[in-house]
Amino acid sequence: MTTLGLDTPGDGSAPLPLRGVVVRGRNYSMRLDMRAIVVCCLLALGTVLAGLVSLSVGSFDLPVSEVFGHLFGNRTEASEFIVGRLRLPRTLIAAGVGFAFGMSGAIFQALVRNPLGSPDLIGFNSGAALGAVIVIFEFEGSRAEISAGAVAGGLIAALLVYAFAWKRGVQAYRLVLVGIGAKFAVDALVDYELTRADIRDVREAAVWLTGSLNGRGWDEFRTIVLALIVLAPLAVLMQRRLDRLDLGDDTAAALGLQVSRVKLALILVGVGLASLGVAAAGPVAFIAFVAGPVARRLVSSPNACIVPAGFAGAFLMVIADLAARNLLPTEVPVGIMTAAIGGPYLLWLLHRQAQTGAL
Amino acid sequence: MKGSETVVNVDASSPRPSRSPRPSRLRADGISLGYEDVPVIEGLDLDIPDGQITVIVGPNACGKSTLLRALSRLLKPTRGAVLLDGELIDRLPTREVARRLGLLPQSPIAPEGILVVDLVARGRTPHQSLFQQWSDEDEAAVRTALDATGTLELADRSVDELSGGQRQRVWIAMALAQQTDLLLLDEPTTFLDITHQVDVLNLVHALHRDQGRTVVMVLHDLNLACRYAHHIVAMRDGQIVAAGAPAEVVDAELVSRVFDLECSVIDDPSSGTPLVIPTDTR
Amino acid sequence: MLVALSVAAFFLSLALGTKSIPISDAISAYFDRDPDNLNHLIVRDLRQPRTMLGIVVGAGLGGAGALMQGVTRNPLADPGLLGVNAGASFAVVVGISFFGVTGTVGQVWFALAGAAVASVVVYVLGTTGRSGATPVRLALAGAALAALLFALTRTVLLSDEAALDEFRFWAVGSLAGRQPDLANQVAPFIIAGVVIAFAAARQLNALALGDEAARALGTRLGVARGVSVLGIMLLCGAAVAAAGPIVFVGLVVPHAARAWFGPDQRWLIPASVVLGVVLILLCDTAGRLVSRPAEIQVGIMTAVLGGPMFILLVRRTRMAQL
Repeated sequence: MTTLGLDTPGDGSAPLPLRGVVVRGRNYSMRLDMRAIVVCCLLALGTVLAGLVSLSVGSFDLPVSEVFGHLFGNRTEASEFIVGRLRLPRTLIAAGVGFAFGMSGAIFQALVRNPLGSPDLIGFNSGAALGAVIVIFEFEGSRAEISAGAVAGGLIAALLVYAFAWKRGVQAYRLVLVGIGAKFAVDALVDYELTRADIRDVREAAVWLTGSLNGRGWDEFRTIVLALIVLAPLAVLMQRRLDRLDLGDDTAAALGLQVSRVKLALILVGVGLASLGVAAAGPVAFIAFVAGPVARRLVSSPNACIVPAGFAGAFLMVIADLAARNLLPTEVPVGIMTAAIGGPYLLWLLHRQAQTGAL
Repeated sequence: MKGSETVVNVDASSPRPSRSPRPSRLRADGISLGYEDVPVIEGLDLDIPDGQITVIVGPNACGKSTLLRALSRLLKPTRGAVLLDGELIDRLPTREVARRLGLLPQSPIAPEGILVVDLVARGRTPHQSLFQQWSDEDEAAVRTALDATGTLELADRSVDELSGGQRQRVWIAMALAQQTDLLLLDEPTTFLDITHQVDVLNLVHALHRDQGRTVVMVLHDLNLACRYAHHIVAMRDGQIVAAGAPAEVVDAELVSRVFDLECSVIDDPSSGTPLVIPTDTR
Repeated sequence: MLVALSVAAFFLSLALGTKSIPISDAISAYFDRDPDNLNHLIVRDLRQPRTMLGIVVGAGLGGAGALMQGVTRNPLADPGLLGVNAGASFAVVVGISFFGVTGTVGQVWFALAGAAVASVVVYVLGTTGRSGATPVRLALAGAALAALLFALTRTVLLSDEAALDEFRFWAVGSLAGRQPDLANQVAPFIIAGVVIAFAAARQLNALALGDEAARALGTRLGVARGVSVLGIMLLCGAAVAAAGPIVFVGLVVPHAARAWFGPDQRWLIPASVVLGVVLILLCDTAGRLVSRPAEIQVGIMTAVLGGPMFILLVRRTRMAQL
């Protein structure tokens, strides 16, 4: 540990080998994890670079110089259409959605103490999917209404799961199991909606349910930016409380945490982020699941790393979008690419957990 | 500490001041406790004497851990009240309670890969805020806690690599870093071999001796309880059977009433405290 | 008692539907058949195949659930929850899309193969390590596995609209609109599976005490488990192939059986088979009634009823931590 600022330990003994750097002023003191900051910067840089590549390549390649030109005001007709209308909004949405999913995943994984506990796997996204599907089929809603349906569905499902898991406090395992139970019931309702609709709508809905960025524009971008402006600071504020929760509920309570209230707040923030992500791009699986562990490995921290997970999610999502548009002869929904990233990791994780007895 | 003034208040306003001859900051007043609909404890009164080591003993499932959870407001009584410094503990802000009363649960969970010093530093939570994440006091308190538990040289090790005894000392250090006058320990010696049990209990004793802290522990081993307790509370079926200094209350009759065990009680040749020897009934 | 219940469910399922038929007619259709009676015609030619299919599927799911809970010693094991259905679904989609398989009979083999692979994966996950997975972790692993298989299934479906159209009706889990002789086609697999399940019951009783105690009692662990997994595969694969992925039946039924008959597998497994039949028939009949003249598929009914029962179960049981 290095101590910057006004005060240094008075007794001259070696400072404690605490993680991070302490910055101190007269009325404040901060512990900054330098490694986390560096990881965030590198991931952000990677996202920007991948984003630039993503802006320039596609069914019609545009030289990077022209992309830069567009970004700095020197626009051509081609760049106006390809970059301004098509690729820039979807790349930004990819980054934003990835950020939201990444943070949400890190929160849930820490909350249930298991890397398998991300919202896309234990069914917190299913509620959002059901909300959206109902709006699509029953009300034939617009894009904005579908988004609203997703958010409403996600939050209602989360509150119900929390309520049913409540029994003198919410224990992690009960939250997981109730979430899984709800997921299967909700998924059945989604399937039911699919059997009642016209096949053309079903195809559109299936694409939506896989998670896709195709045809997304500045409207969805506004949704996700709004989500991040409101929820990301809340998530950052919750980080410290989340860290205390991994000592176990009793210890956390003994340290002065109002455990049930903190958990509810974390669930609401986590589900809010996930649902808004779903609203913008559909229930893209595996980004939330992969981003948290990636961030944790890079930062090599015992804690959940909410912000680094956000950056990791953004990076992965932009890469996945790039691959979804260019890897195969025809464009595929981005959800397929994220499954291709997440699937092998899931199998590896299951294998390792079974072997080490962590399963 | 401001405790001493409050203590006067407590005794002045207490409805039954004669109940305890000693001042007490933490007390249970006619509490009933239970899980779901199963009552565990009904109408129990208890005063924790200040500045002493109180040990709760009793057979399995007699409600001793439940009582400790209620004293640390992890479990809300269905009736009656737990009072901390004369105030209802449920009405106090959680953080405020955490600055006065520390608790080490029976099986705390260490996050994978956390360093000893970071774990102990988490004990400072109730003293920190968003803008005051690591003050000089925090640094000093953690150092003192590591020092007192003999874990300073382990500070940069990962908790996962420690032995059971070391790990228990680290957890106690975390509770110490919280700097509360009252410290509640739920079976701090479970899963430890005899050497480490004595080790941990010596540490607890030193905390009382050097820093004058009030300690409440649940222990399994009756003989160790007698050796280290100033005040022993024997429970059975959710009731307190006897409470007082071990030398005064622990005898063959009490052991048979609490544990259904035939025994003789002699003076411990090493410490002079009561020593329970089960009668050979083969 | 159980037999009475299943007979009652059998005739109810024959009698009730878009056009309700008096139960007496449903019974007389068998014992006093009148070729000119329209009701008898409906019962024997329209509803009976569907009911037979329900019997086969219910027996398969109930038996598979009981076997699965026994061999993994895990009260939350269920072919749907642990991803075996998802494995079968994926295989069926591959069959439809890449091999042009249409019609349920051809799909049986793909479903069997998918269920087999998924059962083995679940078995490996549930039993490796010193004490095997805890119930919660296994459920979590199963849900994750199901999510992955689901994503793969979607991937295939999106590239093939015809498969999507065929699959969406299969995916909800339904007894309606199947080929009339389907029950006969699938029955041999189910019968074989049920026989295996009965045979494995004694060994599962020993296995319930833990691996070491079971070995001390002279059980050959590998054989006992291998046989059980074979049984699960047959029952599950055939049931899923016939009716699509139906969730929660395999979970709820063994618990009801256990509450009734206690933990002895020699009673538990037969009871689960029968109760599975009862539950499927009742759910299917209810699905025909709630939104007449349209009907709600049996898979939706079991999910909507089973979800709350699962949550109730989770709330009542105390389980190990994550």
